[in-house]
Amino acid sequence: MAQIFHRSANTVARVSIFGAVFFIGFVLWFIGGIVRAPYATNQGVVRVQPVPFSHQHHVAGLGIDCRYCHTSVETSNFAGIPPTSTCMNCHAQIWTNASMLAPVRQSYASNTPLVWSRVHRLADFVHFNHSIHVNKGIGCVSCHGRVDKMALMSQAEPLTMEWCISCHRHPEENIRPRNQVFNMAWEAPDQKTLGPRLVKQYRVKDAMSLTSCDTCHY
Amino acid sequence: MSRNEEEDSGFGALRDKISRTRGRDYWRSLEELSRTDSFEEFFIQEFPRQAQPLGEGVDRRDFVKLMGASVAFAGLTACNRPAEKIIPYVRTPEGVVPGQPLFFASAMPLAGVATGVLVESHMGRPTKIEGNPDHPSSLGATDPFMQAAVLSLYDPDRSQTVRHLGEISTWSEFIAAMQPVLRDAQANGGAGIRILTQTVNSPTLGAQIQQFLTAHPGARWHQWEPAGRDNAREGGRLAFGAYVNTVYHFDKANVVLSLDANFLNCGPGNLRYARDFMSRRRVRKGTTSMNRLYLVESAPSSTGSVADHRLPLKPSAVEAVARAVAAGLGAGGAAAPSEHAAWVAAVLRDLQANRGASIVVAGDEQPPVVHQLAHAMNQTLGNIGTTVTITDPVEVAPANQLASLRQLIADIRGGSVRHLIMLGGNPVFDAPADFEFRSALTLVPVRVHLSSHYDETSELSHWHIPETHFLENWSDARGHDGTVSIIQPLIAPLYNGRSAHEVLAVLNGIDLPGYDIVRKNWQGQGDAAAFEVVWRKWLNDGIIAGSALPARAGSANGNAAPPAPAAAGGIELQFRSDPTIFDGRFANIGWLQELPKPITKITWDNALLVSPRTAARLNIAPEDELVNERTTILVRIHYHGRQLELPVWIVPGHADDAATVHYGYGRSRSGRLGDHTGFNVYPIRFSDGMHVGHGATLVRTGTAYKIACTQEHQSLGEGGDRGIIRPTTLAGFLGNPEFALTKFDRPESAEANESMVPAWSYTADSNGNPLNAWGMVIDPGTCIGCNGCVIACQSENNIAVVGKDQVWRQREMHWLRIDRYYSGSPENPQIYNQPIPCMQCENAPCEPVCPVEATVHSAEGLNDMTYNRCVGTRYCSNNCPYKVRRFNFYQYSDYFTPSLKPMRNPDVTVRTRGVMEKCTYCVQRINAAKITAEREDRPVRDGEIVTACQQACPTEAITFGNINDPTSRVAQLKKQPHNYALLAELNTRPRTTYLGVVRNPNPEMKAE
Repeated sequence: MAQIFHRSANTVARVSIFGAVFFIGFVLWFIGGIVRAPYATNQGVVRVQPVPFSHQHHVAGLGIDCRYCHTSVETSNFAGIPPTSTCMNCHAQIWTNASMLAPVRQSYASNTPLVWSRVHRLADFVHFNHSIHVNKGIGCVSCHGRVDKMALMSQAEPLTMEWCISCHRHPEENIRPRNQVFNMAWEAPDQKTLGPRLVKQYRVKDAMSLTSCDTCHY
Repeated sequence: MSRNEEEDSGFGALRDKISRTRGRDYWRSLEELSRTDSFEEFFIQEFPRQAQPLGEGVDRRDFVKLMGASVAFAGLTACNRPAEKIIPYVRTPEGVVPGQPLFFASAMPLAGVATGVLVESHMGRPTKIEGNPDHPSSLGATDPFMQAAVLSLYDPDRSQTVRHLGEISTWSEFIAAMQPVLRDAQANGGAGIRILTQTVNSPTLGAQIQQFLTAHPGARWHQWEPAGRDNAREGGRLAFGAYVNTVYHFDKANVVLSLDANFLNCGPGNLRYARDFMSRRRVRKGTTSMNRLYLVESAPSSTGSVADHRLPLKPSAVEAVARAVAAGLGAGGAAAPSEHAAWVAAVLRDLQANRGASIVVAGDEQPPVVHQLAHAMNQTLGNIGTTVTITDPVEVAPANQLASLRQLIADIRGGSVRHLIMLGGNPVFDAPADFEFRSALTLVPVRVHLSSHYDETSELSHWHIPETHFLENWSDARGHDGTVSIIQPLIAPLYNGRSAHEVLAVLNGIDLPGYDIVRKNWQGQGDAAAFEVVWRKWLNDGIIAGSALPARAGSANGNAAPPAPAAAGGIELQFRSDPTIFDGRFANIGWLQELPKPITKITWDNALLVSPRTAARLNIAPEDELVNERTTILVRIHYHGRQLELPVWIVPGHADDAATVHYGYGRSRSGRLGDHTGFNVYPIRFSDGMHVGHGATLVRTGTAYKIACTQEHQSLGEGGDRGIIRPTTLAGFLGNPEFALTKFDRPESAEANESMVPAWSYTADSNGNPLNAWGMVIDPGTCIGCNGCVIACQSENNIAVVGKDQVWRQREMHWLRIDRYYSGSPENPQIYNQPIPCMQCENAPCEPVCPVEATVHSAEGLNDMTYNRCVGTRYCSNNCPYKVRRFNFYQYSDYFTPSLKPMRNPDVTVRTRGVMEKCTYCVQRINAAKITAEREDRPVRDGEIVTACQQACPTEAITFGNINDPTSRVAQLKKQPHNYALLAELNTRPRTTYLGVVRNPNPEMKAE
């Protein structure tokens, strides 16, 4: 009986068995990469906004505190997007004719809100609370990046669960004194000793508590 | 019925079966009691109707539709998610902190009585109703109707526009159309104008109507409420010579005799009464006395379920008991020989021993003479002034509404009515059948109807005006004791609706917004200068302090008219408003439709309730095979020359030779949920038998009918065998306070600690911070099964409604259910209610079986359910011995109806198809309180976290807190001698525990 398969079929079979392992590995690696990539996380994506508001100018240039606009960051789960009236506190006096600010003046005059595009968005099944993070010494910069260097706002961190959990497991790596929370430029002189000390001082719960599902998901 | 006949009938057979059964002291249904093989099969399966999930086949059109949608959505996934919009205020309103709810005081009027509420508002959207702790009718508690008010506000089927002759019109066109009418009225004194309202108890609306009537002496005002209190009003007039209002103080009463009064769950002040009544039944270590409730009724009610002595009698026989007790007390009338002499004698002795500390209360459905006798008995016992307060009526114009409506119909038929203005109500649907309101209405030349829905009456009206919800308008109303609340809106009218105040303002020729109307009415009555301050205080408090009506003088006249001759035989039909959809006005509220009715546990339907003996005697009981399929048969009622078919439902403890029907179902124009649901009973409700009808005959039809009854759903197994409910008497408790404990409930016993896993510590975390151990204690002894908690949970936790067919397949989503157990004979069993939320076991059987770790333990002992991890294997539900897990078999949550989106609690995830869910102990409330406490660097205070069920409960049967804190109320309750865990023998260590039920029967009546 003649051979059904050509001799080269042996090689093909060996290569495809061996190759399948790599192929599956590649697929997993690819999926893993995609879900962490800015394509899925929107990290670094700049959105079109009604007014090209520059945090760099207002925070670094003018030195306005975060809380001047994001008023409820210390008391509520939501930090708050400033109402048009907050903009007009200054812009009723300065840059009153700037064409860039026309939507703001129009909003104020016609009593119709500005419609911003959301930059930092979490899934609906995640409940994030700004006030507890700020009060436990997590700086704005830890999640939002150097906002004072952003001419246009974008998401600095991936905001994946993996990323959240890394800090909930080791808050001592990011915790800072409460009075430096809103300071964009603060650098810890020695985070290795300061971190654990602050975790104790601010009574931050242990990783077991911070990574319980009901801390964020309910 | 002789003993022999009984042997022949099915009831005899049932009795035989029961007498052969051993060890089954507690049961949930007659089927469980009699235990056929097919029932056994049904009972042991968690989801017995899994096999045919789609019911009917999918036809071509549906298939194409579904595929079309799939293709459309498949296209969407290819795009990146569009950016979400974020819209700040232009000027932030004072007090608003984004993300934090605000609470506003208001009041919910229902059937002529208002109950104070606090409404939770998220950025201008009312999302949840709580009771107002300062309001005397609520004290912080809520009933299912109040909880469901948010859904009735956002009901997508509300009327959205003014209609003229069925066509879309406008408010200004209505005003224009009214001008010639009003000009004529000016000329002829309003002759021919009739106003028909529901019971009015808003002082402002009353003043407006009076103003109109004064200006137009020819006009008349009528009131009509199908679930009205005419009998109570007329009874008060018989006793005191004028209409009165009765306020009871159950906290001061040692002995209560209820003559067919479901005072704990129905009628004015029921929330307050439940709190007061149960304050005397909280048995704790050291308790030596309790109050005692004697009750006569025909269909078992919530109040009946907690009675110490319940005498099931057909409705017409209650009067005889009232007369016998009254005669015995010397309160009037002569004693007639009674077959219940021993019962009456014992009640008499107890009442006489508690003069000034007892209450006799008559039910609204009982004839006026029973109310008169109740007043006379309270007078004789010296209760008036101590446990009973008689005040002037809370209604603006108390009247005999039946007579009033009869007069209106006569006027219409006489041709003297030219303009009928109906403010609310739905008389075409709910007026007595013999009034033939529908045909009469069409004789009126101009008909105006103000109504929240375009309903049966609107359809026959020339003008239909959409009515505002009480969360949308300004008004005022009185509570059960007369306390006035200002009703303030939480949101601008969603559909340009108008309130009754605004319609009347048009009639009065002054077009003012509701705010000005209400404010002006009160401003005129007080010091104008200081008014702004006072007004703001009223709005803040939700009540006008000191506005309760004072006690009125006068003594009750007990000279009752002689009893009427006994009515003809046949079956006595008892008409009651439905316990969940009331008189039909809530028919389109899914939460209320799907709420298992107290005692019967039926959803989405009404039924003809009969006793087991009567069902057997008339041969109307469904066959065994049907019962186990949760199917019953239709029975034809022949009554007053009319016929009506209703599904029969056998209720243990129902009086013999009587049947109970609930009106409110069978709407044809209520909306997508209420239409053609259940059976319309109004066509056999006649003006001579509004509450009780005589001479009905019941005929078996043999037509099978599916009933979605949750009685056997999520069963913990046979109650008696596993010690689910553990009752005793007061004497039993005093003899052995630890009556409820087994060896598994004693922490020191070896059995209680047997485990392969070392116990986890919940006292402190590894950083040395103290932890909380959340726990709950439920006292089923004080639970009346009112369902307030179930709807509160549904509202707080965004729980979906699934529909009748899915409930029939045991897929209802309620996180909290109220199990109801019977014990004793089916003729007159003891009834127990037991709320079952998730037990939050420390050794939770659901956790190890989850393949994806979607349900795991939190550091504080909560049994977390993580929706985004769940893949829907349902192993956890299978392994849960308490059967508290609920699975989204379909996409039950409505993601797309626009008006329902703002209703949801933003702090709780809305679940999708394929995800398991369960009670979380309101973890969103726990986390909110924990975050506040940690921000302030202090521990969470006891009482700071209140779960939704606990907050709603009128009897405070549910207590929640931190059991690590030995001073917390929940820790104190856990130390009670009769605190036990359900199925402790499984060593699940549930965080929710129960107190043994203690009842207080009269030792003298033990023989009965």
